[in-house]
Parts: sequence; C-alpha cells; structure tokens
Amino acid sequence: MTQLFTALSRRFRRYLPLFKSLQTGLLVLTGLAGFMSTRCPFMNWQTTLAVAGSLTLAVIGSTILNMWYDRDIDAKMGRTTARPIPSGEVSPTEALILGLVISALGVAWALSMDVLYGIVVFAGLFFDVVIYTIWLKRRTPWSILWGGIAGGMPVLAGHALGSGRIEWVGIVLALAVVFWIPTHIMTFSMRYYDDYQSAGIPTFPSAYGFAKTRMVIAISSILAGAMMALAAYGVGLTLGYWRLLIVLTGGLLLLAVSSLMRPSERANFGLFKYASLYMLGIMLLLMLVVQ
Amino acid sequence: MKKMSAIDRILLLLAGLLAAYQIVFGIEGAPALSIWAYTLAFGTLLLAGLLLIIFGFEILDNPLVTVVSTMLPLSLSLGLVWEHWPAWRNAYLVFVIVGFIAVAFTRFYRPGKAAVITLAVVHSVAGLLIFLLPIYMSLRGLAPTGFVFVGIGGALIGVGGLLLSFLKMGKPVISRQMILAILPLLLLLMTAAYVVGFYLD
Repeated sequence: MTQLFTALSRRFRRYLPLFKSLQTGLLVLTGLAGFMSTRCPFMNWQTTLAVAGSLTLAVIGSTILNMWYDRDIDAKMGRTTARPIPSGEVSPTEALILGLVISALGVAWALSMDVLYGIVVFAGLFFDVVIYTIWLKRRTPWSILWGGIAGGMPVLAGHALGSGRIEWVGIVLALAVVFWIPTHIMTFSMRYYDDYQSAGIPTFPSAYGFAKTRMVIAISSILAGAMMALAAYGVGLTLGYWRLLIVLTGGLLLLAVSSLMRPSERANFGLFKYASLYMLGIMLLLMLVVQ
Repeated sequence: MKKMSAIDRILLLLAGLLAAYQIVFGIEGAPALSIWAYTLAFGTLLLAGLLLIIFGFEILDNPLVTVVSTMLPLSLSLGLVWEHWPAWRNAYLVFVIVGFIAVAFTRFYRPGKAAVITLAVVHSVAGLLIFLLPIYMSLRGLAPTGFVFVGIGGALIGVGGLLLSFLKMGKPVISRQMILAILPLLLLLMTAAYVVGFYLD
C-alpha cells in the first residue's frame, strides 16, 4: 500500500509541471466567477465544486495536449526546455494519453452537468488545442486571437451554466478575458523574443515590431478594463464595489498609458503583472458580490 | 536599492486589502464628495501597495511619486473637512486644488527650494488636519472616542509622506535604506488605523 502510494505520488510530481497550475487556477477562477455572478437559484457547494472540478480537468487536459504538440518547439526555447516532455521526464505517448484522458473526463463531467455548459467547455478545449496550437500558432501571429477566445470559454461556460443560456453578460465577461490574453502572450513574446525566433514561431514583435506590440498590449488592457466595467454593470454591482472597480481600472489605465508614453520592457512587464492581478481581483470581486 | 522581501510584500498586500475593504464597506453614509475623496485616498493607498509589490522599491524613483504621495493626505483631509467641518468646506476645497497644482507645478517646473517649501506647507496643513480634527471631535464629544484612530493614521501618514517627499527631493531626513525598511509596515499601520477609526466613528 505504502509502495503504491509512493509510486503514485512520484508520478504525480512528474506530471505537476504539465498542469501549469497558476494559469489553470486563474482560468478555473474565471469560470467560477462566471457561474457565481449569475446568482442562479440552484447554486450550492456541490454544483460549485463540480464547476471547479470539471473546468480544472478540461483546462489541464488541454494544457497537456498543447505541451504534447509543442514538444519540438519547447525543446528549442530556453524558457521551456526544462518542461517534462522535452526534458525526457515524461514520454510523448504518456503525455498524449494523459492529456486525452483528462480532457475527456473534464468534458464528460461538464456534459453530464448540463449540455450547454459541456458544449462551451468542449469549444474552449477545441479552440485551444486544435485551432490555436495545432492549426494557427506556427502560421500567423494573429493566432493569439484564438488563444484569447479559448481563454474566454471557462467564464462563458460558467455563466451559461448559471443562467441556462448564452447571455450578453457572459459574452462580455469572455471578451474581457479575450482582451487580457494578448497582454499575457505578447509580453512573453517580447521578453523571450530570441527564443520564439529560434523556434520559428511568428509573433507580433517579429511581425510588427516592439513599438506596435506595446501599443496593442496597452490598448487590449484598456479594452479588458472596459469589458470588465460593462460586465460589472450587467452583474449589478453595488456602489461600494463600483468604487473599488473604478480604482482598480484606474490603475490599469495609468499603467497602460505610462507604458505607451515611456515604453520599456519593465513598464510592459509591470502592466502584464498588474493586468493579471486585475483579472484575479475583479473575478474574486464578482464572486464576493453574490455572497 | 533595497530588495523587497517576502514580508514586505505581505505587509503591502494586507495594507492593500484593508484599503479595498475600506473603499467598499467603510465609507458609506458620508456626503457624496467625502465618499469620493476617501475613495481617492484609499484608492491611492491600494494602488501604491500593488505597484510597490509589482515594481519593487525602484518605483519610488518615478517623478510622479511626490505628486501621488501628496494626493493621499489632501484627499483624505478634504473628505474629513467636508464631512465634519461644513463651515470650512469651500475654503478647504480651494486650498486642496491650489495646493495640489502648486506641488505638481513646482515639482516639475521649479525644483529646488520653492518645491520643498510648497510641499512642506501643503503636507503639513493636510497632515495636521487629519491628525487634529478627529482628536478634537472626540474630545468635544462630537464623535466616538475610537475616531482618534483616524488621527493616529494622520500622524503616520504625515511622517511617511514627508519622509518620502523629502527623499524624492534629494533632502532625506533619515537614510534611504531606513525609510524603505519601515515603509511597508508604516503603510499597513496607517491603513489599519484609518479602517479602525472610520469603523468606530
């Protein structure tokens, strides 16, 4: 029994870096925020846990499948060579099977809860793995749009489950994530420019230059803030929460404008970090409002 | 430049969370202008905490820090005067606007003695008001005793604001390292004092 436990825990530790726990956690949180912001009548801890569980599996599954497909370029980039597949820690076949099984479990769980919810969760997985990673990532820098759309699916799914349909608030929440994703991907593509070049991945900085990329990052951060404010209106925040939202959005605008006026890598990375904190903060805020 | 430690980050995060709580729950019932003045004050505290966590102490080298660190005492004192001292509302509003413009103008266009004097005057008036008004009101029975905590916060902000501002002016009162070492704790203590003081008001 002890040997089995030790073997399982050793295997889990090997798999852990495949899960991208921070990114997964943030996406699952957006799904929970989408669900809880609907104040649906059947909200209880069992359903909330099921949303968290199904989304976690679906997001981890798609992340592993992405890493499986991108193993060749991961091996060429300094930032990703230590990942489990290029480093030989996990074999490609093992990763593929693991990714498929976890993805299938996540989607099946989601479908068993609600068909619409399951379809949106599956759409997120499909956009992420097939459209973004397999089809477009190596062809065009505009692939990040699809990466963004995939990232917006968890919050849309959660909202669809809570409201029973696709509503404008859910779409706006998803758009907020869609506009946040470029700040994430583009910041990394500037910071690790040489890595992406050596791997032959077309990125915004390589196609349009750093100045234009910084401008796109700033504009998309502003649009993410605007979408969040619109969603907050739809959710029906009280005045106190509105004040907090205004302060946090003010900070985002300040950094976005500052990175445009005094461009530097440091300003950009700061904007990226703040945008991530902003997204986390607003999603938590949407969850708290319904308590 | 001092490197930010994990404890510094935790202290700043706690200060930010307290400020966020105050913005959402802690200022209801005040007149509209006071609410927005308090929102600006606690919003500045919240953003200052977050930006320090993200950029580290290096952000204090930004020329805007002097102006922003003036915004906090000015907006907080304006909220207090507008709420508790109606006779001086308009006069103090004019002082706040003129004072803020003067600090910003001298910081960028007249650095040196004029900037230091302007900053000292504006900070002192705002800081003394935040310090003395709650104590005066508590002693006169116009507010509960616990409101003096806002005054304590005022004393702390006065110290912190002046230390930072003079540091930015290149005339530090104590060493830069010392200021940076106590800054996160000072921010947390001052925010906590405000939250308690407003809660007991």
